[in-house]
Parts: sequence; C-alpha cells; structure tokens
Amino acid sequence: MTSPFGLLAELTYACPLHCAYCSNPLNLADYRDELSTAQWQRVLTEARELGVLQLHLSGGEPLQRRDIVEIVHSATDLGLYTNLITSALGLSRRRAEQLRAAGLGHVQISIQAAEAAESDRIAGTPSFERKLTAAHLVKELDWPLTLNVVLHRRNIDRVTDILRIAEELRADRVELANTQYYGWAWHNRSALLPSRPQIERAETTVRAARERLRERMEIVYVLPDYYGQYPKPCMGGWGQRQLTVAPNGDVLPCPAAHALPLPRASVHENSLAWIWEESPLFQRFRGTDWMPEPCRSCERRELDFGGCRCQAFQLTGDAARTDPVCHLSPDHGIVVEAVQAANEAARPREEELTPRPHPGRSV
Amino acid sequence: MSTALRLSSHPGLSPHVRLAFDRVRERHVLLGPESVLVLNPTGAAVLKLCDGRRTVAEIVRELGRQYDRVVGDEVRDFLARLVANRCVEFGDD
Repeated sequence: MTSPFGLLAELTYACPLHCAYCSNPLNLADYRDELSTAQWQRVLTEARELGVLQLHLSGGEPLQRRDIVEIVHSATDLGLYTNLITSALGLSRRRAEQLRAAGLGHVQISIQAAEAAESDRIAGTPSFERKLTAAHLVKELDWPLTLNVVLHRRNIDRVTDILRIAEELRADRVELANTQYYGWAWHNRSALLPSRPQIERAETTVRAARERLRERMEIVYVLPDYYGQYPKPCMGGWGQRQLTVAPNGDVLPCPAAHALPLPRASVHENSLAWIWEESPLFQRFRGTDWMPEPCRSCERRELDFGGCRCQAFQLTGDAARTDPVCHLSPDHGIVVEAVQAANEAARPREEELTPRPHPGRSV
Repeated sequence: MSTALRLSSHPGLSPHVRLAFDRVRERHVLLGPESVLVLNPTGAAVLKLCDGRRTVAEIVRELGRQYDRVVGDEVRDFLARLVANRCVEFGDD
C-alpha cells in the first residue's frame, strides 16, 4: 500500500460566501461539533507519521477558525508544506503576517468571476475588491499565489478577463476548474453546465495563454467531467494518494464521499494509520478488485481507477458502477442527456441559481 | 528566466520550494505549492548543490567526486525540467 501525500483538512464548514456550486455537505448542522486545536494537532502528527507532506487547509472558510495560526505553526514544526485555500475574507494584514511567521507555504484565493458585480453576485456577498486587496498582500509578503476560479455556464466566457486579472496580480498559478456536480452544485446543474461551444472557446483561450505565459504562470484547467471521453482518476485513486478530514473528525478518501452509503471512519474512534490501512471505508474501492465490467477488463483501469465513485453514486444510485461520464459505461446515456440539455439552442445563458444558505459559526 | 539553462548558469531552488528529507519514505522530497516530487538519491545530490553560486559545470564536477558515472547532459536535463516546473531558478554570468 502507498503512503498518502496530501491531507485536505476541512477545518470548518462556516463560510461567508453562498456559492451556488458549494461542494460542502448539504447537512451542515451535522458538522458543528468541530475538532479542537489539540485534536487537529494530533491528526497532523499522525498524518505526517503516515507519510503526508502536503497539508491543504480548507473548509468552508479556514480563516473562520480562530486557531488557524496555531494549526499552521504545528504543521510547519512537523515539516508539512501548508496551503491555505481561502475566500480571502478574514485575511487581514495582521493575520497574514502571523501566518507568514508561522510558516504558511502558499495561499490560494478564489474569485467567482472576472468583475466585481458578477463575482459578488455569485459569492452572495460583497467580496471581490477585498479578495484583490488580499491577493496583493499575499504577493507583497512574498508568498506564492494561486488564483482559483470555479468555472460554469455564467463565467466561462470570461476566461480571458480572468487570466488578465491573474496576470495583473502576478499569480504564480491559476486553477480554472469546471464545477463538479455534487452537493449544492447538483441542485443547480442545469444552470451551471456550459455548452460545448463555451467549453471549446475556453480551451482555445487557455492554450494560447499557456504558451504566452509559459515561464511566469502555471495554468491548471479542469474540463467538466461530463465533456470528457474518459473519467478522471479521481483523487489519484481511492485511498491511494490523498485523504480528507472533515470538521467533525470524519475521515474520507475524497471530500465528496460523505454522501456515499459506506461505513464511517472518524479520528474520534481510530488512528489515522488504521483508517488509511485497515478501515472498510478506505478498502472499499482501493485498487481494481472491486471493479465491475467494463472497468475490470479495461486497459485504462489503472489510469482512471473507474473514475469517480461519488459521481457514479450521484448519477446511478450505486457507487460501485463505472463512472457514467466514461463513454464505455452502460449508464453513459444519463450524461449524454444532461449534455444535450445544456446544448439546446433555446437554452438561456443565465438561468436562476439557488445560492447556498450558510449558517454562521457555532463554536 | 527566458533563456535556456547553460553550463555557466547558476541554478538555485525557487524561494517557493523546500528540499526536505522524508523519514517515512526515506527519500528526499521537493515540496512546492500543491506539489510533491520524490527524489532519487542522485536528484537529491544535484539539488543540494544548487545554491545559486555554483555553476552547472561546477555541480557536475562536484558530483563526479561523489559518484562514479556522472553525465553532464543528464544533470542539465534534470535541472532544465525543474526550471520548466518553476522549482529551480538560475542566473547567468
């Protein structure tokens, strides 16, 4: 068995934004009993002993944790490389300087669109200008900066403008990731899924920008799964490279896997090593033995590991089926239908989105 | 930054990456924003010599004292790949 490289630490699901594609669980009330500082420190220690080298501090909004500086400090002492994945709301100069001193390695800031009004509309709160201010601060403090934008039907035509902002901010990396349709995004899928011409235009833009900015900026572009011929190797394979710890201590092979009908694993009950190596949850889809046809005999089975278990469950009700985005899947018709709907000529570009209501912090 | 890495270039680690020894894997690793590169012993030996002062030629010569067979082109290719990944930066005279 391989050792995990990365731990996604979802410190809290509290968040000042209300994005209509939020990937956090629907039942946030179940996650209010958050791990304490000492419990997170124990998780990080166990993670490092297990082989984790990269710590992704996320949420919700990780800056809503008052102990974020302390957590970063502990991670640095353990030798972990720390990435803060943030809306930037709460990244004051004082906080930023404390995080810098605590050894935080890298900051990833999201924007929701290429200009203030639309970005604020999608975020559900005035935030765009504060995000830009924070991004400048990140560069001023000599951190590497990633700008992250979730792409969908309403903003994907503005990729040129998004890249221009990234260039102006002197971002080192840009992540342009199309929406994954789980959780809240699932409810808004028809309003979020772009059309094929939209996807093709975005790809052309990204290719040209990659060439032009080659030595200055890394551009990560993630195609929507629904338009791929084959599925993605989700998380680099179930229980292969990454693990997630949710705010309440649940441990998951992938941040969306809370929705699957599988036995739970929690740091309250077991060590991280046992959960990674032995737990039924992490064993369930590890490797290739669990696979049905057509995956079982497919020559790509060790490349994409049958795709995403959460997507298979979301679309077919059975997490053990081939990911329906694969054109070889017997369920592929489900995806074809959604793509056809997104490409109907009469389909408006801007349908109503249902924003995510977000409760405030409870601890 | 835009010119090719030469034997006279002075490579150094980008300020955004860290070279560390992972006791779990018993390998050196190069850690950067959202990335991990597990190094073989030769790769680690090359990077330990990348201090921004030594030239590529000097690094190759120094490695020659530690290892029997050091191919200059391989060292330069290895470093050029890391330059392309923005893990290594270099200056020229």
